[in-house]
Formats: sequence, C-alpha cells, structure tokens
Amino acid sequence: MFITKLFALIALVTEGKAVGSPLDINPGVIFWTTITFLFLFFILKKFAWKPILNSLEIREKFIKNSLEAAEKAKEEAQKLISENKLNLSKAEQEAQKIINEGRENAEKLRHQILEESKQQAKKLISDAQAEIERKNQEAFIKLKEQVAEIAVNAAEKIIRENLDREKQSKIVQKYLKDLPKN
Amino acid sequence: MNFELLNKSADTVQANSQGGGESSWIMHHILDSRELDLSPFGIIHLPEIHLFGMDISITKHVVFMWLAALILIIVFLKTARTYKKSLVPKGFSNLFEIVVIFVRDEIAKPTIGSGYEKFLPYLLSVFFFILTCNLLGLVPYGSTATSNIAVTATLATISFLFIQIGGMMKNGILGYFKGLVPHGVPLWLLPIMAVVEILGLFTKPFALAVRLFANMTAGHIVILALIGLIFILHTYFVAPVSVSFALFIYLLELLVALIQAYIFTMLSSLFIGMALHQEH
Repeated sequence: MFITKLFALIALVTEGKAVGSPLDINPGVIFWTTITFLFLFFILKKFAWKPILNSLEIREKFIKNSLEAAEKAKEEAQKLISENKLNLSKAEQEAQKIINEGRENAEKLRHQILEESKQQAKKLISDAQAEIERKNQEAFIKLKEQVAEIAVNAAEKIIRENLDREKQSKIVQKYLKDLPKN
Repeated sequence: MNFELLNKSADTVQANSQGGGESSWIMHHILDSRELDLSPFGIIHLPEIHLFGMDISITKHVVFMWLAALILIIVFLKTARTYKKSLVPKGFSNLFEIVVIFVRDEIAKPTIGSGYEKFLPYLLSVFFFILTCNLLGLVPYGSTATSNIAVTATLATISFLFIQIGGMMKNGILGYFKGLVPHGVPLWLLPIMAVVEILGLFTKPFALAVRLFANMTAGHIVILALIGLIFILHTYFVAPVSVSFALFIYLLELLVALIQAYIFTMLSSLFIGMALHQEH
C-alpha cells in the first residue's frame, strides 16, 4: 500500500503533467542560453555594434568640428567687422579734417584777397589824389604866369601911352612880389 | 504517520493534475515546457535532444530566446546598413540609435569611465537581449524567457565573467585580488575581509539573476491571477475589475520590462566599473 502510493506520487511528479517549481533549473536551458547569447553577442558585435558605434563617433566628431569651425568663422567675422568699423571711423575723421582744412584755407584766402584789394583801392585813390594835386599845382603856376604876362602886356600898353616902359615894369614886378604867394 | 502524510499529498497532487487545482494553470503559463501551446490552433511538440547524456531538449523558453536573437540580428544588421549610406539615419534606425546612445552615454560612460569602449558591445547585447525577451513575454502566445531562472542565472554568470576578466585584465590577476580588500584594513581583519569580499563577488551576479527572474515572473503571475478570479469566483461581475486591473498590471509590465533590462545592464556596467577602477 505504502509502496504503491509512493510510486504513484513519484510517477505523477515526474510525469510532466504535474506542476513544477519556477525555481527548477533545467541544464538544457542553461546550455541553450549560453549558446544563443554568445552567438548573438558575437554576431551583433561584429556586424552591428562596430559599424554603428563607429559611425556615431565619426558623426559626433564631424559635428564637433563643424561647430568649432563655425565658432572660429564667427569670431573672425566679428573681428573683421570691428576692423571695418574702425577703418570707417578713421576715414570719416580724415575726411572731416580735410574739409575743415579746406574751409580754413578758403577763409584765409578770402581775407587775404579782400585785404589786398582794399589796399590796392586805397593806393589807387591816393595816387589819383596826388595826381590831382600835382595837376592843380601845375595849372595854378601856368595861370599865374599867364596872369602875369597878361598884366604885363596890359601895363605895357597903358604905360606906352603914359610912361616909360621900364619904370612901369618895375612897379608891376614890385606889385606882383607883394601879392600873396597863392 | 508518514504513511498518512504521503497518502494525503498523493491525493492532492492527483487532484491538481486532474484539473481540479485552481492554480496549476497559472504555473502552466509561467513555467517552461516542451511544447508551444498555440491552442486553439494546436500544440507544437518540440524535439528532444540528448547530447553526452545531457538533456538539451528545445523548450518554449529556448524558442523564444532564439526568436529574440533573430529579431535583434535582423533589426540591428539593417540599422548598421543604413549607416553605410549616410551618417544621418532615417526612420527606424533613429529609434534604435537613440537607445544605443542611451546605453553608451547614460549607462556605460558614467559607470565604467575610461575604457568603457571594450565592454560596450556586451552591455548593448545584454540590454537588447533582455529587453526583447521581456517584451516577447507580453505578446499573445509569447513566453518570457527571462522568467526562467536558468536563463537569468546564465546571463548573470556571463556578466560575472566579464566583470572578473575585465578586472583581471586591467589590474593583473594578483593586483585584482589585492585590490578587492580596501586599503587601511588592520592585519588581523584581513582573513575575514578577504572572505567577505570574495563572497561579495558572487552575491552580485546572484542578485542580478534573482532580481530579473523574480520581476519577470511576478508580473505575469499577478495578471493571470487577476484573470483567474473570474473563473475561481464563477461570476462575470468580477470581470470588469479583473480586466481593468490586469490591463493596469500589463502596462506596468511594459515598464518593468524596460526597467529590468536597464537595471541588469546598469548594474553589470557598475560592477565592471568597480572591478576596473578599484581605488574608488
């Protein structure tokens, strides 16, 4: 009785229909897991991970280099812009300076010309005055001589009627001498 | 006394196996088996293979591991091919690229530090393998290979080997074992510390294996139990509650599938980093 029951239990447990435990370790599964995983590992390592990781690395390097190059280019551009600005302001200053100089020169020239023309005018006027004075003097002298001659002629005519010409002339000379100079 | 106990347990087992048990069907879904249950379309019996006296029959979980491996190989070979055309991928390759970059930049780089490139292929493989296995369990007719402790233990063992060999290659075999014991430990403590540290080496992969296994098993059991409530209580009124809760757990399972793949990879990576840079 006891023996048969024992056998029945063993038979049921080992039959496969009976429920095992999740903690049972099946050596066949260990074997297949090892084979499967190692196979998968070597296949993927050779044909998947290596190319994928390599291209990732290449791409990351490429991106990094590109970013660095862009940064550098930007810096250079910034430098160029600031240089340009500096040059531009320099040129503007120069232009301003030139314009100012030109203006100053023009002003000076204008002054000079004005001054010169004023002086010239003054000189012309004074020359003209001197000339007028001289002519006046000349005319006055001529007039004086003519008057003297006319007077002498007139006196001669008169005296020829009355007196000796010599006496008369003396009197006239004397009279003329007594006349004021002008 | 023994006789009576045996009598009782035999009866219980018999009752369970004859369909009276209300929980056996849950285990039927969780556990590995020698057949692919595609009912109502039929059942595919998988071949039994014996090699050198070892039973290496193909099981359901093995089939789903192969399926996962096949999917991964197809997907990633295609992804790799798109990089040959141009450095900037399009479409689906972008999605996988994001995950690959995530594993590289968020898992491997910060935890391993210098020299992470050597371990990156392993971490990527294990991450995607576990993730795909986890997700295959959520597909109808699917089965979670990672809810088999033999699978998780094997993966953890491979991680263990990577950790130890990585550490030994970096620090030398003697240097690696010397570095296990922290500096400044008193001489009389050294034997105890050595034992503790060497035990610690083995607890890490053990925790990895158990964590993944338990997480992937628990979610499925909860979903099945919630659905099972309908049949256990013999009423349809519980169905809306059961289905909505099961849906919630299902969505949670999606999250857990991602998180567990991440955690397994993350911890493997962390342990590799600790083995490589022992001064920390």
